[in-house]
Amino acid sequence: MSNAEDRSQGTRRDLLRQIGAAVSLAAMGGEVLTAQDAQHVHSAVAEDAAAQKGPYQPKALTAHEFATLQRLSDLIIPADEHSKGALEARAADFIDFLCAASDEMRDIYTGGLAWLDDEMRRRYNGKDFVGAQPAEQTAMLDLIAWRKNESPELNPGIQFFSWARRMVADAYYTSPIGIKDLGYMGNTAVAQFSVPQEAVDYALKRSPFA
Amino acid sequence: MLQITRSPRVFDVVVVGSGAGGGTAVKVLTEQGLNVALLEAGPMLNPAKDFKEHVLPYQVDHRGAGPHAEMYFGRQQQAFGYFSAPNGNWTLPGEPYTVAPGSQFQWFRSRIVGGRTNHYGRISLRFSDYDFQPEDGLTDPWPVTYSEMSPWYDKAEEFIGVTGTKEGLRTAPDGNFLPPIPPRVHETLIQKSCAKLNIPCIPSRMAVLTKSIHGRAACHYCGQCGRGCQTASAFTSSQAMIFPAMKTGKLTMLTGAMARELVTDSSGKVTAVSYVDKATRTEKQIRCRAVVVAASACESARLLLNSKSPRFPNGIANSSGVVGRYLTDSVGYAASGYVPALANLPRHNSDGIGGMHVYVPWWLYGDKQKDFPRGYHIEIGGGFGMPGLGSFSGQCARHEGYGKALKDKIREEYGAMVSFAGRGEMIANKDSYCDIDPQRVDAWGIPVLRFHFAWGEGEVKQVRHMEQTFASIIETMGGQVIGQQPDPQKAISVGGLIIHEAGTVRMGSDPKISSLNQYCQAHDVKNLFVCDAAPFVSQPDKNVTLSIVAFAWRASEYLAEEMRKGNV
Repeated sequence: MSNAEDRSQGTRRDLLRQIGAAVSLAAMGGEVLTAQDAQHVHSAVAEDAAAQKGPYQPKALTAHEFATLQRLSDLIIPADEHSKGALEARAADFIDFLCAASDEMRDIYTGGLAWLDDEMRRRYNGKDFVGAQPAEQTAMLDLIAWRKNESPELNPGIQFFSWARRMVADAYYTSPIGIKDLGYMGNTAVAQFSVPQEAVDYALKRSPFA
Repeated sequence: MLQITRSPRVFDVVVVGSGAGGGTAVKVLTEQGLNVALLEAGPMLNPAKDFKEHVLPYQVDHRGAGPHAEMYFGRQQQAFGYFSAPNGNWTLPGEPYTVAPGSQFQWFRSRIVGGRTNHYGRISLRFSDYDFQPEDGLTDPWPVTYSEMSPWYDKAEEFIGVTGTKEGLRTAPDGNFLPPIPPRVHETLIQKSCAKLNIPCIPSRMAVLTKSIHGRAACHYCGQCGRGCQTASAFTSSQAMIFPAMKTGKLTMLTGAMARELVTDSSGKVTAVSYVDKATRTEKQIRCRAVVVAASACESARLLLNSKSPRFPNGIANSSGVVGRYLTDSVGYAASGYVPALANLPRHNSDGIGGMHVYVPWWLYGDKQKDFPRGYHIEIGGGFGMPGLGSFSGQCARHEGYGKALKDKIREEYGAMVSFAGRGEMIANKDSYCDIDPQRVDAWGIPVLRFHFAWGEGEVKQVRHMEQTFASIIETMGGQVIGQQPDPQKAISVGGLIIHEAGTVRMGSDPKISSLNQYCQAHDVKNLFVCDAAPFVSQPDKNVTLSIVAFAWRASEYLAEEMRKGNV
């Protein structure tokens, strides 16, 4: 599992280790990355890191909190056969950046992450979130990712997870990786606006107007 | 006591406010050869620096959340987000307003050269004949008819450039249109759905150039009109009217100039505008032969009400007592839907122009079955928009969970969501008005406005009709309505929220019940004109900007002519 301390070292070996983590996490979710995909992950991470002039240094969260957030982001939007996930898209970097910019935001995350660890320790023999087994991590998320589980006991976790899910999605879908996943093709100057007939036909064929 | 500096120069006309009305007045009056000074309470606009066109979220470190993550806590500095053109907000530092107990009202103000035209939706609809001369008797007739206004709409459209098609509908009078823009995929489905329901859904009428006119380039279809357009292909009063007027040498710009009061002589004519120079917090006076007040409907009413003198104890141009009264905003209601036929739609660039390519004009004029007066039009949203913060918050909240299932849902629904916004006519009522709050002044010492506002029963019923109509359109195309608020009392927009305030300095033929004549000229003060939506006698279900331009154009030509004749 990568964590902030590893990343702060910024060596090539660490990058490779992150990719290893990404691949194994994807495999865990029932998805296996091909070698080609892994190479893709590698290049993109390397490019991102180069663009950042070295790995991101958490500004507001501790190394442990940051590693927990990274793991959460990877579970919320994992890599799949289409694209890389929120870990590779550096969703945690964006959230930490905003935590450094806003005390209110920082408190949501430090409080929520502490609640998560506390709840994990209580349930899993003192293991915190990143130290727990993947199945234990997802068992926890299966509780706090749904409003139907609202209860005095779980509400802080449900509220926190709602923030984390929304902001991981924000971070991911505004990143180059996420934009590519969606297939957004605009933000460009064209001389004429036209709609591909193929797209019109696709929709009409599936509509009540077929 | 502050030392008041008077300008030695006497301008032909001082224009207060630089939005659609002020911009038009500046353009027309300078072209008529008059020397004009423009007072704008905000700063100068610099499109090259201020417009964030073509910036992807990740090119900014906070991606649009704001330097202190303000967006996540509803405290953004700009109401429509970080990437929007400089536009103002619901609250402005140092410039409060109050809302009377029991009322709800939100007042949007723009303080920048160009005002709200820098970011507005560019929807450009002519009012209908029955809007000017109502057949149901529920509001007073305007002092002009559609046929009198039609040539002025022609001029306005010819200059700002409006897309559209001739449809022959009484509820949506045709104009001189630029070529329309083809419907996006979801818009084609909506047109088919509407056709089945006997609802017209026609090419939209937008102030965006589908071909180059007046030295402004044709649109490049990036869909970001709301961010401000570097090529001025989307109309703004700043780029299309004020900047060109500055080059004529006939226009003197005064920015950071907050109008406080209109100063009159013993004969009751306006001789100067008193304003606060915000940078130095000093009061100055600028002398003029005539004044055009175009500060936005409520701000114009405030300036008139604050211009008190022994001759005008209730404020200038207010012997009728109507100034501040007849305040209306459009009735607003919105709903969205998920359309399975659009799920995983083949990807393509659907940016187009900023906003809708088709819309629904009112279609039930004269219908005896409906249980509310007047009507509404429907604005349409959807397509593969540029992803931004919050783009998928709806999916996160609706589908919940996490992992691949959530990721797949987001990909599937991207481009498969449609939205509908109703914009309807509010009938002015005695409980909706603004007056001067006797207790408060702003940071410049100027007494502030106090709002009183209540929707009538008809408006609430109209919202129920919108809700049912939107659901029918969505369901007829096989979609599912999302986030419906079944209680119209809760679903109706807060007053002011649609930003179509009008009526607060209304025109009319009878000086006892109106402030202005048909040329937007004060009955009481011949050299005072009001050229925003304040003169409007009613709030038709058609966005006010095009009519502001048309009325301001007519008023300005009339003013120039009257000055030439020596009547003003």
